[in-house]
Amino acid sequence: MSVAPYLVAGWICVIGIYGIVTSRNLIHLALCLTVTQSSTYILLLAIGYVKGGGPPIFKGVKLGTTAVDPVVQSLTLTDIVVSVTVLALILALALNVHKEADTINPDEIGELSG
Amino acid sequence: MSWIVPLPAVIPLLGAAVITAVGHFTPRIVHNLLAVASTGTSFVFALILMASSVPQERLHWFGGWHPRGGVAIGIGFAVDPLGAGLAALASGLTLAALLYSLAFLEDASHPYHVLMTAFGGAMCGFALTGDLFNMFVWFELMGVAAYALAGFKIKELGPLQGGINMAVTNTVGAYLIVTGIALLYARTGALNLAQIGHTLAGKKPDGLVVVALTLLVVGFLVKAAIVPFHLWLADAHAVAPAPVCVLFSGAMVELGLLAVARCYWTIFDAPFGLHHHAIRGVLVALGIVTALLGALMCFLQSHLKRLLAYSTISHAGIMLVGIALLDTKSLAGAATMVLSHGLLKGSLFLCCGIVLAELHAVDELRLHGKGRNFPLLGTIFAVAGVGLIGLPYVGTYLGHAQIDEGATLDHVAWVQPLLAIAAGLAGGAILRAAARVFLGWGPQEDWLLRQQPSEEPPANVGHRPFLLAVAALMLVLGLAVSLVPGLGQRAEYGAKRFRDRAAYAREVLHGVPTKGTPRLPFVLQPTTRESVLYGLGAGAIALLVAAFGLWRHRLPDAWRLLAGRVAGPPLEGLRAVHSGVIGDYVMWLTVGTAVIGGVWALTLR
Repeated sequence: MSVAPYLVAGWICVIGIYGIVTSRNLIHLALCLTVTQSSTYILLLAIGYVKGGGPPIFKGVKLGTTAVDPVVQSLTLTDIVVSVTVLALILALALNVHKEADTINPDEIGELSG
Repeated sequence: MSWIVPLPAVIPLLGAAVITAVGHFTPRIVHNLLAVASTGTSFVFALILMASSVPQERLHWFGGWHPRGGVAIGIGFAVDPLGAGLAALASGLTLAALLYSLAFLEDASHPYHVLMTAFGGAMCGFALTGDLFNMFVWFELMGVAAYALAGFKIKELGPLQGGINMAVTNTVGAYLIVTGIALLYARTGALNLAQIGHTLAGKKPDGLVVVALTLLVVGFLVKAAIVPFHLWLADAHAVAPAPVCVLFSGAMVELGLLAVARCYWTIFDAPFGLHHHAIRGVLVALGIVTALLGALMCFLQSHLKRLLAYSTISHAGIMLVGIALLDTKSLAGAATMVLSHGLLKGSLFLCCGIVLAELHAVDELRLHGKGRNFPLLGTIFAVAGVGLIGLPYVGTYLGHAQIDEGATLDHVAWVQPLLAIAAGLAGGAILRAAARVFLGWGPQEDWLLRQQPSEEPPANVGHRPFLLAVAALMLVLGLAVSLVPGLGQRAEYGAKRFRDRAAYAREVLHGVPTKGTPRLPFVLQPTTRESVLYGLGAGAIALLVAAFGLWRHRLPDAWRLLAGRVAGPPLEGLRAVHSGVIGDYVMWLTVGTAVIGGVWALTLR
């Protein structure tokens, strides 16, 4: 098993967080959040990977056939569902920020501080 | 009878689904009825569950996937008295908030009821589950409902900003949790808490487990608003409707702490039990910094809800110390403090809602003396503030006393005065606000206090005495916590069960019940003289702080100039950190994660 997927997962997580920290645009920020989340998909799938393993569908397959781990795949699916909900919510809030403040720069909202 | 176990979570979710389905073509009374009925049922079942989980863990395996041969593959709820107790508190507070909303938010559209009901159900599920990934799913469900509720008033900029800050910070925390779960799954091939702990128990801990520990703890501490992950909380509380704040402060934050304790005692006690000093050191330090910093920030606020939000952060720090001492006594103290704090803080937030409805503002300076005509409201507010200080046998005292005893047993008695100072400082700020608003004491201007944007008062507020009655009921219950005979002993028994990893694993994986329930007495738990003294000391500090806040201008000018020169710049710096900009919050989250992980990487070996 190669270390490449783990390195990719780490890299994507870091650039996603860098994007969130430096973001000047709420839409960009929401997408950076999705980028960060993508790192968890890669990590999960890399963990479940079995060398030479087929898809985890066992209908009509000989007993003892190697397959990749189905659990992490369902975890990834759950993860995706959850993140889409959050993304939709943040985008909806961003849209209303634009309506109310005529900006989507998080630095310029400035209602709350201290 | 295992079918009863998931009901506290399932019934509100079904209720929320039904309200969504019929929401468009039914009158408001139907939504209210469905929301109150489903949350009330959930509350009753949570109480039953709490009582019935005393002799042994209550288990429920979804789809009948019982463990075979000591290996758990299915997803299961595993309920212990403390978890069920927190579920009961969460659903009870949701019920109170919904009842209050009947009159407070008369025009609330049906999404409000859907979100509140689902929020309550998700909190119950989170408290009851025995599966790590399932915990994450409930975490996110309660998160999404909470973000939407924080930003519920979408026509105002403040709620939008608060909602976004809360959503982004907590979501990054959730991704840390998923990564931690993935790493643990990679190491153990298990997702059930007991199973993970069992698998790790036989092995020497390695770097991967340390990283997983860091990510899980940090992820849950984001929810628990522990410094430096606390920045979102004040923004979210300041803008959410008052009944929503009750749930945020009273239950959601505490669930983050419960998750830290649960993960430690089911999973990480196994590999790191011998190095628990390193874990205790970091968590106690975080708790104390949070308690003191939260209390200080609390004193600097003039927006009542923001002030209470920082008081919640301070109390979350105190509770974290209780958990972090890794001791039965102090864990029981954290549990009883969660109960009394939830009720008292809930009562305070409900009072803020009434203040907003009656006086059309929630700013201490703007409201100077305007509350003179509301003596009952002022009394409830002030007494709830007193209850949070921890005076002997009032409100949160039992929690303080138990944490004190645990700290003495663990030879870290020096945390006690620090916790008393934090409680006194935060309590003093609440008393100062009460005196200024309801008595008109002190000046109308104060450069120390930062004003916040004003909030639109609710348009149609119904029966006002009903609102007061809900707040008063919660106040009475919260004050009584320290006087309930036998509560302290029961909390300790629950904490002992909570900490017993081996018994938990036996019950969950092998279905072997633990033998023998001790007969617990119905008497007040005795407390030590030190606890009484610390309680009185906290009360004295609170009075001094309140007096300082109100009549600072009467001190000699030279003193004030000097104090301003010494304390001014650090305070301004502290304020600047709480910038309201989401990028800064996530940066602090990253830095905090790196520091905590770094310390553990060096010490846990």
